[in-house]
Amino acid sequence: MSNIKNGKGIIGWIDYRLPIFSTLQHTLVDYPTPKNLNYWWNFGSLAGIFLLIQIITGIVLAMHYTPSVEGAFASIEHIMRDVNYGWLIRYIHMNGASFFFIVVYIHIFRGLYYGSYKSPREVLWWLGLTILLLMMATAFMGYVLPWGQMSFWGATVITNLFSAVPIVGTAVVEWLWGGFAVDNALLNRFFALHYLFPFLIVGVVILHIVALHTHGSNNPLGIDRKGPQDSIPFHPYYTIKDLFGLSFVLTIFAAVVFYAPDYLGHPDNYIPADPLKTPAHIVPEWYFLPFYAILRAVPDKLGGVIAMISAILILFALPWLDTSKVRSATFRPIYKKFFWFLLIDVIILTWVGGSPAEGHFILIGRLATIYYFAHFIIFMPIIGIIETPKPLPNSISEAVLKKPIKDGT
Amino acid sequence: MKNYYKIPKIFFISFILINLFLSNLFAAGPDGNITKMKFSFDGIFGVIDKASARRGLQVYNEICAGCHSLEHVSYRNLLDIGFSNDQVKEFASQFEVTAEPDSDGEVNMRSAIPSDKFVSPYQNDNQAKAMNNGAIPPDLSLIIKARAGGASYFYSLLKGYEDPPEDKELSNGYYNIAYPGNVIAMPQPLYGDDVEYADGTEATMEQEIIDLVSFLTWTGQPELNDRKSMGFRVFLFLVFMTSVLFLSYRKIWKKIKG
Amino acid sequence: MENNSNDDKKSRRDFIHITSGVTVATGAAAVAWPLIDQMNPSADVLALASVEVDLEPLQPGQSISVLWRGKPLFIRRRTEEEISEARDIDLNTLKDPQLDEERVKNSNYLVMVGVCTHLGCVPLGQQGEYGGWFCPCHGSHYDTSGRIRKGPAPTNLEIPPYVFLNETTIKIG
Repeated sequence: MSNIKNGKGIIGWIDYRLPIFSTLQHTLVDYPTPKNLNYWWNFGSLAGIFLLIQIITGIVLAMHYTPSVEGAFASIEHIMRDVNYGWLIRYIHMNGASFFFIVVYIHIFRGLYYGSYKSPREVLWWLGLTILLLMMATAFMGYVLPWGQMSFWGATVITNLFSAVPIVGTAVVEWLWGGFAVDNALLNRFFALHYLFPFLIVGVVILHIVALHTHGSNNPLGIDRKGPQDSIPFHPYYTIKDLFGLSFVLTIFAAVVFYAPDYLGHPDNYIPADPLKTPAHIVPEWYFLPFYAILRAVPDKLGGVIAMISAILILFALPWLDTSKVRSATFRPIYKKFFWFLLIDVIILTWVGGSPAEGHFILIGRLATIYYFAHFIIFMPIIGIIETPKPLPNSISEAVLKKPIKDGT
Repeated sequence: MKNYYKIPKIFFISFILINLFLSNLFAAGPDGNITKMKFSFDGIFGVIDKASARRGLQVYNEICAGCHSLEHVSYRNLLDIGFSNDQVKEFASQFEVTAEPDSDGEVNMRSAIPSDKFVSPYQNDNQAKAMNNGAIPPDLSLIIKARAGGASYFYSLLKGYEDPPEDKELSNGYYNIAYPGNVIAMPQPLYGDDVEYADGTEATMEQEIIDLVSFLTWTGQPELNDRKSMGFRVFLFLVFMTSVLFLSYRKIWKKIKG
Repeated sequence: MENNSNDDKKSRRDFIHITSGVTVATGAAAVAWPLIDQMNPSADVLALASVEVDLEPLQPGQSISVLWRGKPLFIRRRTEEEISEARDIDLNTLKDPQLDEERVKNSNYLVMVGVCTHLGCVPLGQQGEYGGWFCPCHGSHYDTSGRIRKGPAPTNLEIPPYVFLNETTIKIG
């Protein structure tokens, strides 16, 4: 390692000309990290690992998959039955998508709780939201590839959202389809894009990390570090902590992959796509359900689409909608309550999104949608103004020393 | 763990878990009347009963195969449930498939070999439709995975034929308490004693249905036995790895926490 | 998982960190295997690895090519002349010495993989300086037993595993 700095040896020789080793040293080893990060800070690196798992298993699956209307479904069954360990790799990819979203959603809610989007981390927050949007597009296109009933009808319903665009809507949808319905052309382009997008995500992740390392990680207290006594090097402290967290999550992941691999999926997707017959109850994958509920809550085609898109876009404005100067909800008694209300609201939206659009679900869905937007547009600005935060500790070290701590958080 | 956010943390996790569970329940809830059954392949150590699956093949072959295809399964796969090479060859040879064009360009039929897929009862979908009043009998390879309720649903469906209630008009189909909507196009396929089992097992209706469920669970998830045994080893390994990493973590952080 | 700090040299060799490191390395290696093995021939490809060929229609001097494992197989019913030519030879003059008797199960029928052992082209039949096969890519000459006689190919044309099921039917693979 010391060779990097003095320019000796092969590593030093290369690094003098292309500083890859010193860059890695700075990002993964020396990077000064607040000493008080709790387990919720594990989810960033976890998301990175799941991205990697998805890319590796995805490349492997692409080696055996056939992107054609005639061959897609059978090629998935070929992978499941004939390819060596094909079932394992496909089940990891299927459930890896769900776990990627679980991890990223927790990562986002952690950001919401501890105010990680506030100055000077606004661009970092935007990059994270960009990753979320790219992930959603990737996951949606990936779900179409097995060409089962849910693939086909999910693709039909979601691409038809674009027909809500005034005047050019129909033209846009036909352009997306490359025809007059969801068919071979769409399957082929979705396959191409599903392969491409993860690499775009990798690019944005790199920018996300550059932005993160510019001002350093936020921390549970939400106060800036006062000096070197507040920081510890990333390695070995957070490498081992992240590794431990990863191992723990992988244990849960393995339990799902090996014992309930189809639990998060929908049985209808084991029926080959049939353009003549719509399933009784079309639902997207669970990670889209809150947005699906918002889409259905608005009794107007264009309005629903706008509401659904706004539900994510509004998060881009969060750094300015939140008027409080205090980052961490730990010191914000009112906001802390509203944080949990928002979480419950999102869970209700998920539940409504997975239920049939009838009866009292319609009303619940509308109220939950209204609350979702009210949280960001009305409550957050007002709370920041009327709330009296609890006194902040002077420094991270002081807070850490004051509290008896039993474990690593 | 600082106590003041321990409780929200537990809530957070349980909310997500409950939510996943609920959304799945709601998404997949079938509307028929289903008896929850316990099968040999349920649970962490459950495996497919191969003898039962072999009998199930007989039920499929003698009763179901007239109308239902099994397009993702090859004859060679039968080796997995304990048939010998010669048995598989003999079983396959009773079916005919289209051969490659011969040297004169004539297309002939040849008897099937183990590497062939199960031969479909139909030439194409339109023939399937024409022979069954417009409804294509579904392929059975994935039927257990492709229905909400899985094996229990399939079991309940085959047992669920009843006389329709008097106020129910059945124009085109049969009354079945497990089928969503209760009117199914398929007549009751199994009554008991529909086959004479090669291994001498008594062919009661219950037995036939369970054997068929074993067989079709295997056709849908041929990897099931491997998956569970590998899963157990992987799980134990990961629990061990998590434990030692936790100890390493504690040791490294000792200095910081004092 | 090693501890980098200098003031704690003992923990470098600490048992628990070594256990962690070994465990993680074992896990990573175990994960690598499925990712490698998935590229090996799949079950359906292996199942097609044997073909049966009817030799009945072949007259002396005629050959057929059949596809086996995605490669051409040359099956030639040799003439008496070709057989004697293949057998009447000094083994010492061969680049890859092998008796013709070792290369056939029935001297009338020569069965071999029609892929040049040099770089995988398909040789042309009954051509070249030895009346056997000639590879147009880089000029390898094979004799009537498919043995390399001249040119860059290092070994004789490969003989696939096959058995005679009866007088005129063979099963390859």
